[in-house]
Amino acid sequence: MVKVYPGVRAVDDVSFVVREGQCFGLLGPNGAGKTTTVEIIEGVTPATSGEVRYFGQPAGERFREEVGIQFQNTALQDYLTVQETLEMFQKLYDRRGDLERIIADCSLGELKHRDNRKLSGGQRQRLLLAVALVNEPRLVFLDEPTTGLDPQARRNFWDLIERIRAHGTTIVLTTHYMEEAEILCDEIAIIDAGKIVTQGNPAALLEERYRNVIIELPLEDLNGELASIEHRVLEAQGIVEIETDDVNKSLADLAAHVDGLNRLKIRQPNLEDLFLDLTGHSLRA
Amino acid sequence: MLSRILAIFRARNLEFVRDRGSMSWNIVLPVALVFGLSFIFSAENRPEYTVGVLQQDSELDRDAHPFLSTRYVDFVVVEDEVDGQRKVARHQLDLLVQFDGADRYWVNPDSPKGYFAELALLEATRGQITREPIRGDAVRYVDWVLPGILGMNMMFSSLFGVGYVVVRYRKNGFLKRLRATPLKAMEFVIAQVASRLMLIMVITTFVFLGTRYFLDTRMDGSYLLLLLIAFVGAVALVSMGLLVASRVTSEELAGGLLNLITWPMMLLSGVWFSLEAADEWVRQLAMVFPLTHILNSARAVMLDGAGLVEVGPALLMLAAMSVAFLSVSAALFRWRPS
Repeated sequence: MVKVYPGVRAVDDVSFVVREGQCFGLLGPNGAGKTTTVEIIEGVTPATSGEVRYFGQPAGERFREEVGIQFQNTALQDYLTVQETLEMFQKLYDRRGDLERIIADCSLGELKHRDNRKLSGGQRQRLLLAVALVNEPRLVFLDEPTTGLDPQARRNFWDLIERIRAHGTTIVLTTHYMEEAEILCDEIAIIDAGKIVTQGNPAALLEERYRNVIIELPLEDLNGELASIEHRVLEAQGIVEIETDDVNKSLADLAAHVDGLNRLKIRQPNLEDLFLDLTGHSLRA
Repeated sequence: MLSRILAIFRARNLEFVRDRGSMSWNIVLPVALVFGLSFIFSAENRPEYTVGVLQQDSELDRDAHPFLSTRYVDFVVVEDEVDGQRKVARHQLDLLVQFDGADRYWVNPDSPKGYFAELALLEATRGQITREPIRGDAVRYVDWVLPGILGMNMMFSSLFGVGYVVVRYRKNGFLKRLRATPLKAMEFVIAQVASRLMLIMVITTFVFLGTRYFLDTRMDGSYLLLLLIAFVGAVALVSMGLLVASRVTSEELAGGLLNLITWPMMLLSGVWFSLEAADEWVRQLAMVFPLTHILNSARAVMLDGAGLVEVGPALLMLAAMSVAFLSVSAALFRWRPS
């Protein structure tokens, strides 16, 4: 599908298949075209060209009835309680889930009678997730569901998503948190400037591209020239990354160039590295 | 602290200036109102009294009698005697005169302005004219203005309660969220209309019954017919609100548009004063507003005991306006900002 706004091609010939029961992640930086892509699929933004198919058929009434959506930014009606909000949304569907179970799954039991306006950021995200589940959806779209949440609230939210997956619900998740995608997604598509740059299982994508590990240390700990270190070396935001297939040798080399190794880290390449390699810029840019 | 205030102040000013629609309305509306009102009410030596002249010819012949040249009196032609007498009884005319050889006039003895107009008439005719006092209940101002106040309340509730709220829903993304459900645009519109109608009907009925009980306001016609007028009128006004809200995304622009509609409607539909003495074009202009039809028919029922036949054309006009407003708003409706 393609979406063109005046002067910008926001979605540039994007095409992918989401299999039933999987968690599919659309990963990319802000402005990459993730939200536009999912909003076209959700039917709230018309595509300039292209088609969305649901179980082989053009997405229509059945699709609308069977999907749940959590938008990135959604206002709810003022003065309604959590329970009233859920009941209101549930009544918009013929297909209805067990509201008490949804409330329990989303840890909203103690908040049922609280005014929407008095919810914290994490509580509000849980309510929006519950709103997306009121129709017992077969497919759920979660658009940047953990943006703005603190780390603890984010991890709690991941647990909720895992619970939804456990029910067999298909999930399409957009995020710019690579850790979120790595933990939750069976398959990801990395999108940049409106195009999918790669697609596949996160672990397989990393394994396919990287045989090495990465050594990280602060630039200020170096006492020599970067160029004098063997292997591939990158420097960004005050951190030096050395990609190596022989950690022992690299550490020995480094010992001659650094004042100390106390702040040194060794890690596996992640999706951030993959994104950087594929696009030339950071996910958080 | 001051720097933070100034930062917000500047940002808000920029936002306002860059929202061309809102800024334009904020400038155009008051200017249009000031010019419009000054034009409508600008006549020098504005008449203090209104006297009906009973005659068949629609053109007033001022030479027919010296009284018809009296200054500060607005002479209006009345072709129907019964209608003229009714207006005298209701203080809408200070006098009704007939100069056809057997000169005579009708006056309401309870009308202060009628008293002074009568003195001027007797001076001009040297008493050579027959007096016909109108023996009917004078309509108090509260009786006359009650439909206006109820209608004005309906108007504000309908236009702002629907128009403004829908625009807010669109702006904050709530409409977009609803769009992602099986809810249809027409279902949403109907729900909004029904919700506001119920509210309006309950409040209007409550206020009407309260004033009827405490102020003993006049009610000569059918309660059921009055309820029907209120219902059909509210549908027309709510539909008008939806039309305004159909695709506007700025609350400030919506506010400007709604003010642009409500203020002329409030001034020209006869909420506070009768347009009997206004120029013909003003009265014709007023007929484009649903509120004019609501108030005319409500007053006809409440003050004159009019029936369905008399108010039927107004109800049909309101129904036609509702259909037109709803059709256009459904065609223009947008769930989310473009």
